[in-house]
Amino acid sequence: MLPAAVRTEGSILLPSIPDLVWGTIAFVVVLVVVIWKVLPSVNRALDARRDAIEGGLKKAEEAQAGAQQALEHYNAQLAEARAEAGRIREQAREDAKKIRAELVEQAQSDAARVVANAQTQIEAERAAALASLRTEVGSLALGLASTVIGESLGDDKRSSAIVDRFLADLETADASAASSGRAGTHR
Amino acid sequence: MHASSLPFAVTADGSGGGFVGPSIDDFFPAGVLFQGTPFELNRVLLIRMFAVVVLVLVLWLGTRNWKVMPTRGQVAMEFLIDFVRQGIVIDTLGEKAGKRFMPIIMTIFFLTLALNLTGTIPGLQIPSTGLIGQALIMAVIAYVTFIYAGIRAHGIRYFKIALWIPGVPLPIKPVIALLEFLSTFIIRPVTLTLRLTMNMVAGHMLLALCFLATNFFFITVLASGNLLGGIGIASLLFGVVFTVLELFIAALQAYVFAILTAIYVQMALSDEH
Repeated sequence: MLPAAVRTEGSILLPSIPDLVWGTIAFVVVLVVVIWKVLPSVNRALDARRDAIEGGLKKAEEAQAGAQQALEHYNAQLAEARAEAGRIREQAREDAKKIRAELVEQAQSDAARVVANAQTQIEAERAAALASLRTEVGSLALGLASTVIGESLGDDKRSSAIVDRFLADLETADASAASSGRAGTHR
Repeated sequence: MHASSLPFAVTADGSGGGFVGPSIDDFFPAGVLFQGTPFELNRVLLIRMFAVVVLVLVLWLGTRNWKVMPTRGQVAMEFLIDFVRQGIVIDTLGEKAGKRFMPIIMTIFFLTLALNLTGTIPGLQIPSTGLIGQALIMAVIAYVTFIYAGIRAHGIRYFKIALWIPGVPLPIKPVIALLEFLSTFIIRPVTLTLRLTMNMVAGHMLLALCFLATNFFFITVLASGNLLGGIGIASLLFGVVFTVLELFIAALQAYVFAILTAIYVQMALSDEH
């Protein structure tokens, strides 16, 4: 161990040559490392981070745009479906109306046909009844008249003419009271 | 490691009687390698080169393989690097000029910080920036850098911009020019150099005084049966407090040196004075 007294003369204000030499070496070594290793690494890392952040932002933007598009698509589909439903409902309502009208019409025509049929039948029956009544009334009247007069009117011409005249009279009387007579035959 | 600059050794040398305080000679121990050559290494310069090796390793390994998602260690290194990159260089010079002067200013900051910190590291306890040569070299580099920046930006007109201030009445313009010349081209490098060196020398003296006094009170006074040696507790506490202060000053002086360099470059680049 060297005693403290043995030392190089040093000044606090005047640099020694080794101080300057090693100081320069120290600065250059650190400067080289900073230029050669530190700053490239740092810049690379910061660039990578910026890219990552920018990429993330872009991705988020894309995702948002996609979501927006999907939303619009769904909204459009929904509106279309609503319109479709409305159209179908309208159609159904119109169809129902048409069907109802057709049914009513058919029912009316059926009823009319039934009524007409009934009328024809009634007319035919009335005609038949009238015809049979005429012969019956004729023979009854003749029978009655024969009994009253006491002789047979037989079947000569005169008797038949009398009957016809009577019946014609009867018919005219009948026509005058047609409605009541007809209602009577209907029963 | 040369023992004569350690507090214990100094006190041991003076153990014959009274208290031996710290000396400026702590910064000038005898050479141990390459004696007589310009590459002579003494304890302080060995500590300087040791600090440089550690700094290089920290910077190199600490910035290798930075990931987009940082690990804990990377966050710490990113904080340090970004403090210089953004806080000192880019905030002062802007993105474009900042990129050009980043290596110099970053080197100044980290080298100064590393060399300052050896002042508080147990076993080393001497800041090699207390040797004026280191501060002088960096001040000259800062000086050359800002003059280069001014000339690159304005050509030879830079000196007119720097000295011939517009808006000053013509009669006193030469006086102002002289003052500007002194302040810009003489005072700046001198203050850069002295501020760093003297801060570190003073810091070392303060710490060495505290620990030497503690040593003296405990080993010499208290051991001889004198209870006055208990003062050593107070001086030890002061030593601890001043160690913390020195850590702060180590960072502060590195910051001041780097930010002043950045500001000088920025002033040289700008058109207005």
